[in-house]
Amino acid sequence: MNVDGIATGIVLDHIKAGKGMEIYRLLRLEQMECSVAIVQNARSTKYGKKDIIKIDNMIELDMDMLGYIDPNITINIVENGKLYEKRHLELPEKLTNVIKCHNPRCITSTEQEIKHIFVLADRERKIYRCIYCDVAHQE
Amino acid sequence: MSERIRNLISINDLSGAELERMLKLGEQIMEDPGKYSQVCRGRKLATLFFEPSTRTRLSFEAAMIELGGSVLGFSSADSSSAAKGESVSDTVRTVGCYADIIAMRHPKEGAPAAACRKAGVPVVNAGDGGHFHPTQTLTDLLTIKREKGRLDNMVIGLCGDLCFGRTVHSLIEAMLRYPGNEFVLISPEELRVPEYVRMLLNKAGARWQEVRKMETVMDKLDILYMTRVQRERFFNEEDYARLKDTYILDREKLKAARSDLSVMHPLPRVNEISVAVDEDPRACYFRQALCGKYIRMALIMTLLGLDREVRI
Repeated sequence: MNVDGIATGIVLDHIKAGKGMEIYRLLRLEQMECSVAIVQNARSTKYGKKDIIKIDNMIELDMDMLGYIDPNITINIVENGKLYEKRHLELPEKLTNVIKCHNPRCITSTEQEIKHIFVLADRERKIYRCIYCDVAHQE
Repeated sequence: MSERIRNLISINDLSGAELERMLKLGEQIMEDPGKYSQVCRGRKLATLFFEPSTRTRLSFEAAMIELGGSVLGFSSADSSSAAKGESVSDTVRTVGCYADIIAMRHPKEGAPAAACRKAGVPVVNAGDGGHFHPTQTLTDLLTIKREKGRLDNMVIGLCGDLCFGRTVHSLIEAMLRYPGNEFVLISPEELRVPEYVRMLLNKAGARWQEVRKMETVMDKLDILYMTRVQRERFFNEEDYARLKDTYILDREKLKAARSDLSVMHPLPRVNEISVAVDEDPRACYFRQALCGKYIRMALIMTLLGLDREVRI
């Protein structure tokens, strides 16, 4: 299957297979006017299968959100048809308004205007804790 | 101290040196309270208690009054604007205009942490749901220091509600700072310490064990920290009724304990310590309540930057 290359824009590569649509929605790509392509289950020498998203424009990316969802994503910045920059992600130390605290006893459950902030407590096990109640986030 | 501590939300907000300094100041105040009777003159403490409390609120108020300051506040959410739907953030932002320091108790976990982002004055967590209660921990540390003369190399039994009992979580965290402390966690299965506390114990490499019966470990303990099973933390009454009287410390059980055991309790107690135990010299929970006032005096002075004028 072939999808046209992009002139100037962003390619999100090495997305874990099956996560492409979730990222598409979280980045609100359906609201973009430019061409956006999602390739699902593309062949990958590294992972076997992967998803890819191509965005035919430069947009602001929420790196924390992307890093949290899949730290293995590679971000390719393309300018004038050439690869300009390759960025690798990692689990962010802090997440602001990316995930919500599900503890019904937490102040964030009643105080509407508070930002939901989590800090990385265990990188290996990908455990984030709410800064208010310390409860670990359950996916 | 390089930079003055502004808020006390968790006991971890205090460095080892700050904690040491505060305990020393607490002891100094205890030795000569009159010397400190005017240090907070003209200062105001607001006690914002969205949840009922006797000891904590009154000890904060007594502490400020004994330092020569004054107090204002409310003692239940019903008598505050929270009843009208005001957010915690708005409440503290307003109160920050009237008071120099805020002591806040709230049923929601993390409410004081949210408050200190908006208050503009120091905020003290006076208990946030089943989460933290750092001033109780300071009270406990001062009590242990006075009763035992040290804070390290002890076997500490914690008994009762170790799940929702916030004093237990904070005390474990604090005692992990000192070398050689071992923990015996005595609770029913349903009221075990939460996963994050077990993680902290493991991370610190501390020796700890969980047991279901206090009798099996009584003779090993330097400290027995009893807690109440709190009705307000249960969503259903049946669970509370089933678990509330799991542990009752009486004179008979104390016979197996060492002569230098210290029995502590954050109070209030219900049935978990028989009244007959009160006369035993090992019972130190009322002395503990007294320590609570003095350590809060030290805390208020510290957060207001008034401790620097005192030689510690």
